[in-house]
Amino acid sequence: MAKKPDARPNVSKDDLLKYYREMLLIRRFEEKAGQLYGMGLIGGFCHLYIGQEAVVVGLEAAAKAGDKRITSYRDHGHMLACGMDPKGVMAELTGRIGGYSKGKGGSMHMFSKEKHFYGGHGIVGAQVPLGAGLAFADKYLGNDNVTFTYFGDGAANQGQVYETYNMAELWDLPVIFVIENNQYAMGTSVKRSTKSTTLYGRGLAYGIPGEQVDGMDVLAVKAAGEKAVAHCRAGKGPYILEMMTYRYRGHSMSDPAKYRTREEVEKIKTEKDCIEHVRDLLTQGGLASDEELKAIDKEIKAIVNESAEFAKESPEPDLSELWTDITV
Amino acid sequence: MATEVLMPALSPTMEEGTLAKWLVKEGDKVKSGQILAEIETDKATMEFEAVDEGVVGKLLVAEGTAGVKVNTPIAVLVEEGESVSDAPKPAAAAAVAVAAAAPATVAAAPVAAAPAPVAAAGWPHTDLPEGPTKTMTVREALREAMAEEMRADPTVFLMGEEVGEYQGAYKISQGLLDEFGPRRVVDTPITEMGFAGIGVGASWGGLKPIVEFMTFNFSMQAIDHIINSAAKTLYMSGGQMGSPMVFRGPNGAAARVGAQHSQDFAAWYAAIPGLKVCMPYTAADAKGLLKTAIRDPNPVVFLENEILYGRSFEVPVDGDFTIPFGKASILRPGTDVTVVSFGIGCSHAMAAAEELAKEGISAEVINLRTLRPIDYDTVLASVMKTNRCVTVEEGFPVGSIGDHLASTIMQRAFDHLDAPVVTCTGKDVPMPYAANLEKFALITPAEVVTAVKSVCYR
Repeated sequence: MAKKPDARPNVSKDDLLKYYREMLLIRRFEEKAGQLYGMGLIGGFCHLYIGQEAVVVGLEAAAKAGDKRITSYRDHGHMLACGMDPKGVMAELTGRIGGYSKGKGGSMHMFSKEKHFYGGHGIVGAQVPLGAGLAFADKYLGNDNVTFTYFGDGAANQGQVYETYNMAELWDLPVIFVIENNQYAMGTSVKRSTKSTTLYGRGLAYGIPGEQVDGMDVLAVKAAGEKAVAHCRAGKGPYILEMMTYRYRGHSMSDPAKYRTREEVEKIKTEKDCIEHVRDLLTQGGLASDEELKAIDKEIKAIVNESAEFAKESPEPDLSELWTDITV
Repeated sequence: MATEVLMPALSPTMEEGTLAKWLVKEGDKVKSGQILAEIETDKATMEFEAVDEGVVGKLLVAEGTAGVKVNTPIAVLVEEGESVSDAPKPAAAAAVAVAAAAPATVAAAPVAAAPAPVAAAGWPHTDLPEGPTKTMTVREALREAMAEEMRADPTVFLMGEEVGEYQGAYKISQGLLDEFGPRRVVDTPITEMGFAGIGVGASWGGLKPIVEFMTFNFSMQAIDHIINSAAKTLYMSGGQMGSPMVFRGPNGAAARVGAQHSQDFAAWYAAIPGLKVCMPYTAADAKGLLKTAIRDPNPVVFLENEILYGRSFEVPVDGDFTIPFGKASILRPGTDVTVVSFGIGCSHAMAAAEELAKEGISAEVINLRTLRPIDYDTVLASVMKTNRCVTVEEGFPVGSIGDHLASTIMQRAFDHLDAPVVTCTGKDVPMPYAANLEKFALITPAEVVTAVKSVCYR
């Protein structure tokens, strides 16, 4: 990955603070989720987004109202970044009626039609044609919305991704394929799963332009997102952004961590952390004082604690919920 | 030596066709490979080439003639200098003798003479509402249902392989591209998983897709999206968003297409909560159920049958005719035994009922029409009346719809049964290719007759 970029004078203090706040919310939220999982309040699969926060925050900064997003099961960050209520997300993790899916979806299956968040999908790669379908609908209906379709380096080896690339380019669908390349598909590194390790380059075979982006740098992500969005909104079809990022935690909560060294993880945390990066830009550029940032930290902590309290106190769904929402 | 040119079979299920156009005339010299005629099958209009060299001695079937049986002599080729009288007598031409003898002016006549009703004629149907009807094929009924719903709702669109410019692999979508354009009749690449997923996504984005599988055999490539993406999302989203769409196409055995292209998915899809599943038998079923399916806010799996596409039935003229889901029809009332079927199985059930009537056994034939939801009430009421039940389907025996009905009847009407329920299904084997084996693998009216006699202790 590229070295830490220098401060960019063209970013306002307000924007930097916004990104800082949003990335911090995701990190603290995920840390809390990990804690609740350890306490047995969250069950099943739980995939934390810690380390990758700049990707969703940077891309949301490039989006407008009406744009859609869809992703895989490592989805908590995407939901918080698009403005979904942390209380509703956390209560879904604990399987309570106050959750976005009334406790019937869980960590991997959450949706918000209101915020145009279309899941939350547990089948690796399935969200890719689904995202292209959302874009198909927008093109059909004649609006200028785009769909951010996120998937990982692991999903990048699924056949349906390439079926979708082919049709998305054929039909000029306004879809941005965001490959969150966090280097590991569960425990298999990119190098152990493919010889063509520049994943965005595979789109070129279908005529889809793309680029690799420093996904640990929220400003680089936002700039790339704006470029991709402009391409889509101009009716030029899909665009691929390969976000080079890193997940600090295990694949899920039960990860033996045998496939990478502790030193590797520590090195990224120390040298490339996306939140520290923005914090440095703010403090070294004299844009924010330690006190200001501490106040934000405190505010975020309060939001997260409130979501955890809500998620503990919200009742389990009534047994009658078993039988609802199967068909309309 | 004169040779007869015979009406060719141009598709696996073709039994007859229309001689749409002659491209040669009597006296023309033809070379092998030269196109002699255009022949319209139930699937497409195809060119028919000469195999032998020679001179066209006589055209035996006038162009525009419909219903020309496969293997009927349609022309005679003679060698140069020979006359037609040297040709063998076209003995097999009796079936089309009238048409063949028709003057050439027939050529301009419309070719769309209604095919003879194969299954429906002579059998009482008690399942149609009051009001005027017209005769149409299952194919026409499906097309009309889609066209009417597309006219009524601009968010309805059709996507699939060869639905547009090819006019449909089985001509179900013939003419739709012309009326609705490529925005709403979308030809896809051969990529079932991909376009099924795009269809589901489009349904979440405010559209009502009709996703056509060229056959349901190919839906196995896409089944993850049908089940995991379409059927489960309403539940997983706590009711926020469902998938208002239809997956449709021919299902089950066609004819002589072997194991990978001959499978009935009725029991597979009927097992999945979140889906609705239809399997029409008549053209009225096809039209009424497909219109309901397109309007339904849930994902609907709509299982058609290639062999039924060309069969004709009476269909209500009323443009707003629909059939509600979960409502079986009684194709034929009876008192001695209940025969429950769906899709093409009804054809076997009805043929068996006709045979049984000759022997004094009165069979009540129920057409389920939808497999999720299933109309248990109609089945149970009939069984409580007849005290005997036989189920008929083409699918595999293990975990069949018949198994499910038998267990339901046992649990809810045990005291009314005078005999165990017998389930007639396809055999527990991959579909063989050989004609005799294929016939043996499928359920036949004779097997249904035997099953009914066994439950009647006759």
